[in-house]
Amino acid sequence: MAAITMLEAIRQALFEEMDRDPAVVAIGEDIGVYGGAFKATEGLLGKFGPERVIETPIAETGLVGAACGMSFLGLRPVAEMQFIDFIACCFNQVTNFVAKSHYLWGAPVPMVLRGPSGGGVHGGPFHSANPEMYFAHTPGLKIIYPSTAYDAKGLLKSAIRDNNPVLFFEHKFLYRRVKEEIPAGDYTVPIGKAITRREGRDLTILSYAAMAHTSLEAAETLAKEGIDAEVIDLRTLMPLDKDAILASVKRTNKLLVVHEDTRTGGIAGEIAAIVCEGAFEDLDGPITRVTALDTPVPYAPPLEERFLPNAEKIVAAARELAKY
Amino acid sequence: MSYPLTREQYLDLYYYMQLNRMLEERMVRLFRQNKIVGGLYSSLGQEGVSVGTAYALEKKDWLAPMIRNIGALLVKGVPPRDIFTQHMAKYTSPTLGKDGTSHFGDLKVRHIVSPISMLGDLIPVMTGVAMAGRYLGQKIVALTWIGDGGSSTGAFHEGLCLAASQRAPFVLILENNQWAYSTPVSRQAPVKNLADRAVAYGIKSAIVDGNDVVAVYQATKEAVEGSRAGDGPRLIEVKTMRMRGHAQHDPADYVPKEMFEHWKARDPIVRYEKYLTDNKLWDQRQKAEILARIERLLDEDQKFAEESPMPPPELAEEGVYCEGCHTIAADWKRSKQEVTPPNCSVEAVWKVENFGGLEPEIPTAKEVAASGSNGPPGSARSTVKNSGHGAIAPKASEPLAEKPEARIPFGRGPKDKEFRQAAENRSYGRNPREKSFQKGPQGKSFGTNSQGKTFNKNSHGKPFRKSSHDKPFVKNSQDKQGGR
Repeated sequence: MAAITMLEAIRQALFEEMDRDPAVVAIGEDIGVYGGAFKATEGLLGKFGPERVIETPIAETGLVGAACGMSFLGLRPVAEMQFIDFIACCFNQVTNFVAKSHYLWGAPVPMVLRGPSGGGVHGGPFHSANPEMYFAHTPGLKIIYPSTAYDAKGLLKSAIRDNNPVLFFEHKFLYRRVKEEIPAGDYTVPIGKAITRREGRDLTILSYAAMAHTSLEAAETLAKEGIDAEVIDLRTLMPLDKDAILASVKRTNKLLVVHEDTRTGGIAGEIAAIVCEGAFEDLDGPITRVTALDTPVPYAPPLEERFLPNAEKIVAAARELAKY
Repeated sequence: MSYPLTREQYLDLYYYMQLNRMLEERMVRLFRQNKIVGGLYSSLGQEGVSVGTAYALEKKDWLAPMIRNIGALLVKGVPPRDIFTQHMAKYTSPTLGKDGTSHFGDLKVRHIVSPISMLGDLIPVMTGVAMAGRYLGQKIVALTWIGDGGSSTGAFHEGLCLAASQRAPFVLILENNQWAYSTPVSRQAPVKNLADRAVAYGIKSAIVDGNDVVAVYQATKEAVEGSRAGDGPRLIEVKTMRMRGHAQHDPADYVPKEMFEHWKARDPIVRYEKYLTDNKLWDQRQKAEILARIERLLDEDQKFAEESPMPPPELAEEGVYCEGCHTIAADWKRSKQEVTPPNCSVEAVWKVENFGGLEPEIPTAKEVAASGSNGPPGSARSTVKNSGHGAIAPKASEPLAEKPEARIPFGRGPKDKEFRQAAENRSYGRNPREKSFQKGPQGKSFGTNSQGKTFNKNSHGKPFRKSSHDKPFVKNSQDKQGGR
């Protein structure tokens, strides 16, 4: 079986879920004839028709609201943000309507909101964002941010089958850069479970999405220096796999959190608090963060490189941490 | 078209309006006794809107109330105890005390979507409900309300834009109660009728006297059935008046006293009582029976609410996520085969009618100049084609009927000779005010063919069919109701 890209894996998940269940519909801008800005929905309209592949005006509040309304009648809409940055346009709909429905009046909203996110492709300040933490802070939403083709497919399927609103972030840097062979048949990956990408004894590097790959790269460099880093890919930010985090920290006694999101209010701060609460006495060094700068994502390549974490920055931070 | 009501239905309308008012009167008393936990929003004077609109819906139809649509909930079958318990934050309330006021819903039985406090957001949501209902073959209509204030939101625009583009079976009641908190309509929008906005979305609209419950019912029924038949969304502006402040705390001193007096003389319940009497639809005995029935029901439900417990504190932690507590299953009223490949498959190509140009063909600038007109008189609508995209912009060398006045931008006065010269030599296209340019060719108005796209194969539901932009119809209650 040939290796496929993460983008193709996402496309396959959409096709297979729509084939499996006629309650699954897709809604978004330019997702039909054009196949979506990144072609994640290419061919979907031809196969499933305009009733199931619904192209909308440029109206993020409109289309997310409509997806929410559709879910009240038992459909499972998958809404696409052309770029996840534009989720800001429907922030109210997502955080106040979609997220609160189940808690307040017992109405589940089984919808998925997916879209390309992340930087490293010189998309500039409005096409590179990582807005996951606005939503991780909103009770009622689940947040998935996969790093591999296998996970993307399996997690998207789980998201579509979940009874809760799920935000599914697709790192656009990884879309066509990561490839792997994935099993032929139907499979899912459970939401809320982290995975250990590399086992190690000296310190734990927690990460997700594109930074999971960067962290692995850094771990290989560190290995040559005699530092044996464990790399854990969170995959899901909400709910967070606290057990996996604490178990690893209790083993390695040192924690480095890496994310592409900006520093203040990033998930690293939350993880640090969880570890302090649950494994404080197991720590041998300060919980360390390698994150993007607290700035908008700049456009020029030298600026963006400065902004983003990379393997060198991770290695440098890990070296310091390993000294403890 | 008129939708005749039976005597029983006429009395139903009265029952629900009075139930609405008497329920709210009791809640005002409870509020003063400090038994209402949060705010209390009155719909005094607007009962005809809530009741008349909701009464036009079928049982299977969906609605989403706003804060002043308790009457609509009662019509949908919500018992008064739910309203009492919601306001009193009781464990027996539909939200178990997690939210108050009319913020609750019922997906399974009564088909009610809960509102949120942010205005306008229900419009896209109910559009989605309408779309899903059509997709599942349920033949339902979704209806919600928006105030004059809420009609300024982006969600209002996005929702109507989407509903119109999808031709969703969706009815929006624009409840113009003259005040957005303390701001009068005239300070919100420079339009005479908010219903005029429908033209911009290419949907039909109506304007109705909101204090005439029968007129409201008739207008809504017509819209609901038209929308159900595939006519696309409808917008109905009901003109009414909020007879209290925004909420109980607000004495509404900003409302001119004469305005309250004007509307008080048009009280929907008093008017309807006269209507029932004049048309011999009831007698005093029946009225007394209805009022006694309401009192009994309210006594019982108020007692129930007052005696109900507050929720246990630990409930605060429960229910953020559905963890298997709900089984989600759509109610299919059509064969799933129709939406399963290969039956649902299409050739995914756009067809753009007339390639987006003018109909039937784009006249050259020369033809336009020669004829002095680009359409015969009597066009359905006069339309000015913006020359900004260049397709039909007259060339600078071609004669213009009237020379446009040179615009002088800021900072460059008329004494700047060089600039003035350059400005005069520049073409600005035709003066949009020039009458001859406003007519469309062949008597067709420009821009009426808004869809411009069809799928080669689309056998279901006709969501993409060409729309005909009928003139908005204005409904005069006097016409229908025989001179009340």
